[in-house]
Amino acid sequence: MRAALLICAKDLRSRLRDRSALLVGIVVPFGLAFIFSLILGGVTGRSQAIRLGVVDLDHGPVAARFTGQVLPAVARSGVVTVRREPTAAAGRRLTASGALGAVIVIPRGFSARVRSGGPASLTVIGDAASPISGQVALAIAGGFAAELNRVRLSVAAALRDLGPAPPPAAAVRRLAARAAAAASPVTAQDVSAASRQLDTKSFLAAGMAVFFLFFTVQFGVTSLLEERGDGTLARLLAAPVSRASVLGGKLATSFLLGVLSMAVLEVATSVLLGASWGDPLGVAVLTVAAVLAATGIMALVATLAKNAEQAGNWQAVVAVVLGLLGGTFFPVSEAPGVLASLTFAAPQAWFLRGLGDLRGAGLPAVWVPALAMLGFAAVTGAVALARLRRVAEV
Amino acid sequence: MAPGPVLSCEGLRRRFGGIVAVDGVGFVIQAGETYGLLGPNGAGKTTTISMIAGLLQPDAGRIVVSGEPVSTRAVAVRRLIGYVPQDLAIYPDLSARENLVFFGRLYGMPAARARERASEVLELTGLADRAGDLVKTYSGGMKRRLNIGLGLLHRPRLLILDEPTVGVDPQSRNAILESVESLAGEGIAVLYTTHYMEEAERLCDRVGIIDHGALIAEGTRDELVSMVGGRDRVRLLAPGDLGAWAAALAGREWVHEASVTGQGVDLMVTGARGHLAEILAAAAQAGVTVRSVEVTEPDLEAVFLHLTGRALRD
Repeated sequence: MRAALLICAKDLRSRLRDRSALLVGIVVPFGLAFIFSLILGGVTGRSQAIRLGVVDLDHGPVAARFTGQVLPAVARSGVVTVRREPTAAAGRRLTASGALGAVIVIPRGFSARVRSGGPASLTVIGDAASPISGQVALAIAGGFAAELNRVRLSVAAALRDLGPAPPPAAAVRRLAARAAAAASPVTAQDVSAASRQLDTKSFLAAGMAVFFLFFTVQFGVTSLLEERGDGTLARLLAAPVSRASVLGGKLATSFLLGVLSMAVLEVATSVLLGASWGDPLGVAVLTVAAVLAATGIMALVATLAKNAEQAGNWQAVVAVVLGLLGGTFFPVSEAPGVLASLTFAAPQAWFLRGLGDLRGAGLPAVWVPALAMLGFAAVTGAVALARLRRVAEV
Repeated sequence: MAPGPVLSCEGLRRRFGGIVAVDGVGFVIQAGETYGLLGPNGAGKTTTISMIAGLLQPDAGRIVVSGEPVSTRAVAVRRLIGYVPQDLAIYPDLSARENLVFFGRLYGMPAARARERASEVLELTGLADRAGDLVKTYSGGMKRRLNIGLGLLHRPRLLILDEPTVGVDPQSRNAILESVESLAGEGIAVLYTTHYMEEAERLCDRVGIIDHGALIAEGTRDELVSMVGGRDRVRLLAPGDLGAWAAALAGREWVHEASVTGQGVDLMVTGARGHLAEILAAAAQAGVTVRSVEVTEPDLEAVFLHLTGRALRD
């Protein structure tokens, strides 16, 4: 144990001194998470809200409900900001200049047409440069239109039951008011999508961290091959140290580098990028399991190689394939056929799923993903250890 | 210290696939003795010392250091052995002091003792003034000295040096040889492998000649040389009629062969240095003026050639 710790401390000193581990383990993943969050942060992130405009040419009661109740409610979610514009032309100009992502125009006579049961429509002015803003504006307008249609259908159904005589206008308004106030009978509650899913910044931070984790842990196990090539392994083995201690020291280096890089990234992305990783205890459990899985897999790959250079190449291929499969850059769980199932062959997928579950269902939900990753670690680690004993020969 | 030899190995055998690298090698080394394992590249020297250092398990045979058996699984006995591999086995991203302290601690020294011993070795190897510099900034000779210093760090009873002067400049080489010479005075048993005959002759109390994995001869330099007859060659350059002089010399008891060449006389004699005066006196009596004398004594190179039919560096 003492010898393993000495070897681990020596390796950590060397790695931190040549800065390669810092670069791969912390600087690059943090930089990529930062860049990606700048690019994609506006989709669902909180600091980059989608800027929408609304032009009310109608000034009727239905338009007032949309601008006074619906849009403020959406804006309170933090996803969008809404500002009023006087004319459609002004809205179009601001959209074209990029000042606004999209503008919803309520045409003149909109309320009257809705109340009379005639055809009515909201206009959305978008721009090719802001397709997501246009889609969001369209979805908001579509949602309001669907609500209006529900009220109109409710009123129409109630009037049909009253008989063929034309109803008084006051009765129609009362019916419409009651229908509008009634809650929708059927709603869809998207638990997994809303509460068990990471927001963009957290997903990017976690994805980059676990992707580069597989590169970071290489520095420990691959150094055994480097030492064999450099001749220092012979001197280590000539010392009163068991082979198990040498292997233990190398694996401990991988583990500590992995934990260190993940911990720094978790703190840095939380503080500097606003990522939300979840309950610290759950994150710690998932992190340790992910580091062990990465160490086991990378150690196994290293044992298949003849030298450190070959091991580095093979490990890079495995890390990239598992990273893509595990959805560290984009989710592949909705991919067709076998690909979706293959996602679970990547510990990265279990790590990201664990973080999502932690957010949605709390600490108890992390055990399944954590145990899955520990399973990877146990199987690959056992095979790697058996093979590493052969590597640790001069 | 345990009585008896520091190193005793017998019947060592190691095979790699279909190739027998070491076949029945055995020898002993006493405290304070420097034993040279002399042989060409590929003779089995490195395989033999890898087994003695506990790095390689023999297929057969027995190795004992100060009474303790050596194997790849015997960890404690390695404290008695210092190993200096042929290739530089040092960490370039650490300083010399860090390398020494790391290995000192690996050999079980407490931190303070490891630092103290590192300072001593740095002085011994002449690296004290560069102790804090990263090893990758060192010259080749400095790295070699550190490589040897690491083997001495824990004061081993047996020091194994595997061709420590390969690729070393003459100045550093001489410093290394002087260091090895001083070790015997400290009571350390030294196992020194080389394919440089002159190093073996200078350093080693006894020499084992290894070829094709087998120890084909062993003994002191004089014992080995006597195997080839112990005859010196004396080459005398002289003008004129040399027949009478050569005939007079051929009659001496210690002259085994005397032949007239185009430029002088060649003699094969026993104890040339002791008979030079008599040879020159005979020349004067025969009226011959000797212009130069060249004495070639038999060496380990000649022994190896005699035993194997090949030169050491073939």
